Amino acid sequence: MNNLVYLIPFFPLLGFLINGLFRKSLNKPLIGIIGSGSILASFVVSLLLFFQVKSNGALPVQPLFSFIDVESFKIAFAFQVDQLSSLFLLIITGIGFLIHLYSTSYMHDEPAEHFGRYFAYLNLFVFSMLLLVLGANYVIMFIGWEGVGLCSYLLIGFWFKNNNYNYAAKKAFVMNRIGDLGFLLAVFWILAKLGTVEYYEVFAQTAKLSNADIFGITILLFIGATGKSAQIPLYTWLPDAMAGPTPVSALIHAATMVTAGIYMIARSNILYTMAPVTQVIIAVIGLATAVFAATIALKQNDIKKVLAYSTVSQLGYMFLGLGVGAYTGAVFHVMTHAFFKALLFLGAGSVIHAMGGEQDIRKMGGLAKKMPQTNWTFLVACFAIAGVPPLSGFFSKDEILAAAFEKNSLLYYIGVAGALMTAFYMFRLYAMTFLGQFRGTHEQEHHLHESPAAMTIPLIVLAILAAVGGLIGIPEAILPNAHKLEAFLEPVFEQSTRYVHEAHTVSHSTELMLMGVVTVIIIGVIVAAWRKFSKYQYSDAEETGLGKVLENKWYVDEIYDAVIVNPLLKLAGFLKNVVEKSGIDGIVNGVGRFVGYSARQLRLLQSGQVGNYILFMVLSLVVLFLVFWNETIISEFLKKIF
Amino acid sequence: MPIQYYIALAACLFCIGIIGVLTRRNAIIIFMCIELMLNATNLLLVAFSKMYHGPAFAADATSTAGIDGQLFVFFIMVVAAAEVSVGLAIIVMMYRNVHSVDINFLNRLKN
Amino acid sequence: MGITTILFWFLSALALLSAIMVLASKNPIHSILWLIAVFFAISGHYILLNAQFLAIVNLIVYAGAIMVLFLFVIMLMNLNSHTEPQKNIWMKLAGVISGGILFTILISVIRSSADMVNRTAQLKEGNIGLINTLGKVLFSDYVIPFEISSVLFLSAMVGAVVIGKKN
Repeated sequence: MNNLVYLIPFFPLLGFLINGLFRKSLNKPLIGIIGSGSILASFVVSLLLFFQVKSNGALPVQPLFSFIDVESFKIAFAFQVDQLSSLFLLIITGIGFLIHLYSTSYMHDEPAEHFGRYFAYLNLFVFSMLLLVLGANYVIMFIGWEGVGLCSYLLIGFWFKNNNYNYAAKKAFVMNRIGDLGFLLAVFWILAKLGTVEYYEVFAQTAKLSNADIFGITILLFIGATGKSAQIPLYTWLPDAMAGPTPVSALIHAATMVTAGIYMIARSNILYTMAPVTQVIIAVIGLATAVFAATIALKQNDIKKVLAYSTVSQLGYMFLGLGVGAYTGAVFHVMTHAFFKALLFLGAGSVIHAMGGEQDIRKMGGLAKKMPQTNWTFLVACFAIAGVPPLSGFFSKDEILAAAFEKNSLLYYIGVAGALMTAFYMFRLYAMTFLGQFRGTHEQEHHLHESPAAMTIPLIVLAILAAVGGLIGIPEAILPNAHKLEAFLEPVFEQSTRYVHEAHTVSHSTELMLMGVVTVIIIGVIVAAWRKFSKYQYSDAEETGLGKVLENKWYVDEIYDAVIVNPLLKLAGFLKNVVEKSGIDGIVNGVGRFVGYSARQLRLLQSGQVGNYILFMVLSLVVLFLVFWNETIISEFLKKIF
Repeated sequence: MPIQYYIALAACLFCIGIIGVLTRRNAIIIFMCIELMLNATNLLLVAFSKMYHGPAFAADATSTAGIDGQLFVFFIMVVAAAEVSVGLAIIVMMYRNVHSVDINFLNRLKN
Repeated sequence: MGITTILFWFLSALALLSAIMVLASKNPIHSILWLIAVFFAISGHYILLNAQFLAIVNLIVYAGAIMVLFLFVIMLMNLNSHTEPQKNIWMKLAGVISGGILFTILISVIRSSADMVNRTAQLKEGNIGLINTLGKVLFSDYVIPFEISSVLFLSAMVGAVVIGKKN
């Protein structure tokens, strides 16, 4: 039964190989079946494993083969399925399958060859993510980590004929690489100090690490996480990643990729618990990202951009949770976020599909009547992300915020402010898209239709999950002993819980009161946004003041361009034009010219006169004798010859 | 007779031969100088042969130690005779073509 | 100073003088005659070293056959001191100097070579130079090189004929 572990990454890999190699000969339905079927198979296996883990606890580490074996330095290619990874497996394969299913319909207009390429990349993406989650050591995780980065590059730049999309893909890749470097250095650091990268060995030996080591390792790992999970300062790639097909965005934002950072930190929770300074940094950066991205999302008009910034913002909340030690809360939020964000993106995809590629919400409106299923599922997702009880987002966000309140009430208040903004921009998005008057062209209006079943079924499934997914983590304050997830994940975070001795919790009454107040305010915000934007009229008026700054995303991209990219380009230009041309080329050509010149001079020696040759021969003989002047050397030399 | 005398004499003859090769342009003279150098080496070989034979002879009068040197001289003479016959043929040929034995005409090695 | 020593010095002086005269004389024919004198001196040395066979062969092959061949060729070409081509003085100087340097170095190397100090060449005695002894070794141990040298001779002969043939 344990051997089933191998099957989980095996199916997507097989799907990738078949679709990738035979994409020119397979037809579209077959590609779709192979692509989705492989993920479904993985999902079934994951489900089996999940129940096994649930009843028997974590499975033992399964070594597959020896990956690196040099003297005493050994790294096994091993898989580990415990509570944390089995949960992630379910999220990845489950939501991944729904997205695959959705893609079969969404990407139907692509020619078969590109259709196959798309599914091959998608399967590889899922495979990499599974590898990342399943790996029993940091090196395997790193392989998956890099694989995910590669696939995101391939998929963001899927329509590679558009240069802007290629730039977006490149940006995602480079940003990820910056983070990857941090991850890699952290792995080296662990290896240098402990000589192993296996999780259970590393976590068992944390006592051997000095505080400085732990701080350095955790910060470097966190830098890796900021790249992959799009936190300040490396978040700018994620909104640009919208260049890819919409289901890819859903996959990146919900099931894979961005959750990698959360998984990694949750996996290394003991290290982080032992590094309070890093925790503070993570909490602050997470919160800053949450609020910062939320402000940007307030003014975005591209349906996918709004969702992208909302993802960045929600990821910020997850990091806030990790920073304040609410690891369960963070993982919980990953899960619920995966539900509603996948739902939102797929819903957005459905809308874009119906609008014939239009993404500007100012040109939408009134779609509710034309697309009933998309409408109500999207609405559920909006309520979920806004944190309206009893939908899933409420519970997970509340858990994080409660943990933040315990640490520092300031974190809590800022976090709530971000949550209010979330509610506001989500319902701005909803109202502008689905309510009011249709503002698009006549042609678009005529063309409006509900998406086919392959697209709506995933929406419905996800809507149900987004609605009830939170019920596995009902806080103590509402219903004692109902937090199933916490009980399930307990073994993973056990070490951390033991490490933190003082377990002062907010009294249940305070928590309930805060919950109630926040819920009321959020509902108020929702109503306000609903009323304001359901009557939205299209206008070309330029935003002014703060609005303009927000619309331009705080000019972060421009600042990066000015501070980092342009100086680097200038430096590269300088190196290319000055150092390369006159320096390196000068040396190279100079060597060539020198050789040519000296050869021309030396050629004069070669007069062709036999006498001259003999003269040189004699002189060389003299030189030889002079070189071997020393008597012993001469005799040695002669002995060597004879 | 000390062997160093023989070595010095042979070295002297050899160097005279070299100087001759370097200073003359007449192909035949150069050829002769080469013969001179060969003979210097021959003399040295015979002297060495006798040098090695001395102690062996003192121990055993029938010893043939050092005889290789003299046989080498013999072979060198054989080769020299062959070389001279071919070399002179070449010189005659050259003279027939350019009416000179000046080796400066033989500068085809340049190309 | 026995007769052997006197003979040694006399033959050495004769050899060196004749060798220098080979270079010094302008007329090629004189050069050849001086070279024959060198060969005679060297043959004398061979006799001193009791290498009788080589002494005789040296005279017959070198002084006799080869030198006659040279003489014959020179007379055939009608070379004399007027037609002798001369190198320029600097090239001559360079040749003499480099030859001199080589000689100096050779001498100094020989003088500092421990293997050669206090070793003497056996004179008069010893029978390895006798035709009897040489012949036995030549036709037993060295029979293959001997045969090969005969092939060499044959090919040299063929070569000389081919080269010397008109066209």
